[in-house]
Amino acid sequence: MIRVALPYHLRTLAKIEGDVSLEVAAPVTLRAVLDALEARYPMLRGTIREYETGKRRAFLRFFACSEDISLASPDEELPDAVAKGEEPLLIIGAIAGG
Amino acid sequence: MSKVRLLVGTKKGAFLLNSDGKRKDWTVEGPFFAGWEIYHMKGSPVDPDRIYASQTSGWFGQIIQRSDDGGKTWHQPGTPAGEEAAPSWPPAASNKFMYDVTPETGKPLTTHQWYDGTQHPWEFKRVWHVEPSLTDAATVYAGVEDAALFRSTDGGVHWHELSAMRGHVTGPQWHPGAGGMGLHTIILDPANPKRIFIAISAAGAFRTDDGGATWKPINRGLVSNTIPNPTAEVGHCVHHVAMNPRRPGVLFMQKHWDVMRSDDAGENWREVSGNLPTDFGFAIDVHTHEPETLYVVPIKSDSEHFPLEGKLRVYRSRSGGNDWEPLAKGLPEKNCYVNVLRDAMAVDTLDDCGVYFGTTGGQVYASADSGDSWAPIVRNLPAVLSVEVQTLN
Repeated sequence: MIRVALPYHLRTLAKIEGDVSLEVAAPVTLRAVLDALEARYPMLRGTIREYETGKRRAFLRFFACSEDISLASPDEELPDAVAKGEEPLLIIGAIAGG
Repeated sequence: MSKVRLLVGTKKGAFLLNSDGKRKDWTVEGPFFAGWEIYHMKGSPVDPDRIYASQTSGWFGQIIQRSDDGGKTWHQPGTPAGEEAAPSWPPAASNKFMYDVTPETGKPLTTHQWYDGTQHPWEFKRVWHVEPSLTDAATVYAGVEDAALFRSTDGGVHWHELSAMRGHVTGPQWHPGAGGMGLHTIILDPANPKRIFIAISAAGAFRTDDGGATWKPINRGLVSNTIPNPTAEVGHCVHHVAMNPRRPGVLFMQKHWDVMRSDDAGENWREVSGNLPTDFGFAIDVHTHEPETLYVVPIKSDSEHFPLEGKLRVYRSRSGGNDWEPLAKGLPEKNCYVNVLRDAMAVDTLDDCGVYFGTTGGQVYASADSGDSWAPIVRNLPAVLSVEVQTLN
């Protein structure tokens, strides 16, 4: 099971408490995880990736095992620890304010 | 006994303010969608329990919410109300606003003018205004940034662009104001179901007489000294347009500067700023029962978005413009430096017409006597972006 940690506002939008656990078939890539996330929580479509382009929204970043993978190809395989559910995939919003 | 329900959109959530016909005692519900910007909410005239809301975020984009029970519960159209997500749900499309680039419509994605004068592609950012149909609770229009008009005929589940609007031949001349290039005003003509008025900052006002198949600019008479050609066909920063539904050919406009009037459905405009102390502002509305009675909230200037001398005043004209009187009873007399945004004023339909407006300071004021006196309903909401009112029987 893949674990995904969402920002507060997306958890409230999807009525999720805590991390999301998802079944994702190998190879476990960022794209596959986000596809599975949106399939299970369709109200999240468009909130993480733009509808128009499929690109990551500008104020969001993706982290896996403390590594920023925001700019990596979405088709690269995620680290083993994420694929095995030992570490969550983090979706983090930019800090509000300054 | 009649009731009124105010739909208040703020920078940090939505609020519902309820009262009886006396409009003296109020209950406050909310925040709904806490932490999100609620640009606008509006109820269906056909089914007042159906309310559409534009929920938006710089982080997470655009969400459309709908209530079918007067605001008690909300859901994204296409997902079951009050239920948690389930794998059996169809892919949600209610927040999918895609510009129409199909060759069938002949309106491929064009470009508009950017701040530096170069051409810039259209990019969807948010829904500024939702306008439910006058005759069908499942049909609703959305005015968006970058400027375009969308329509849903299934209660907000799917949205389709009326692309002739964005594809107008003048599109490449449109440009954003500092707040973005939003299509912020949608007026449906109750006497002519194929006629729609819209307004864009900063392109101007437009009208269709064929249900959106074709559009024409309706800006003749507008004079904007902030653009190279002050009387250009397009490029005017129209802030808001109001119409009394009983007299659909007569329109009133708060332009960036100037309060304007048209008696021929926008074909020609003339200035009616008259004795206003400043004719800059955003909000404008028309009395429900007196079609020559108008309300504006003068703002000092485009550089200083607050009332003159720190005194919050609504100005009323009972002659269709030009002669204006300040309405101050119950409003702050000093040290008031708030703004009243374009969609933040509304009138109810009770016999004693109620007038309401919200401020960027989080106050919502009500008058139950056509503006003669005012009282705050709430004082400390987040900055108010929009106010609509429903008169309920």
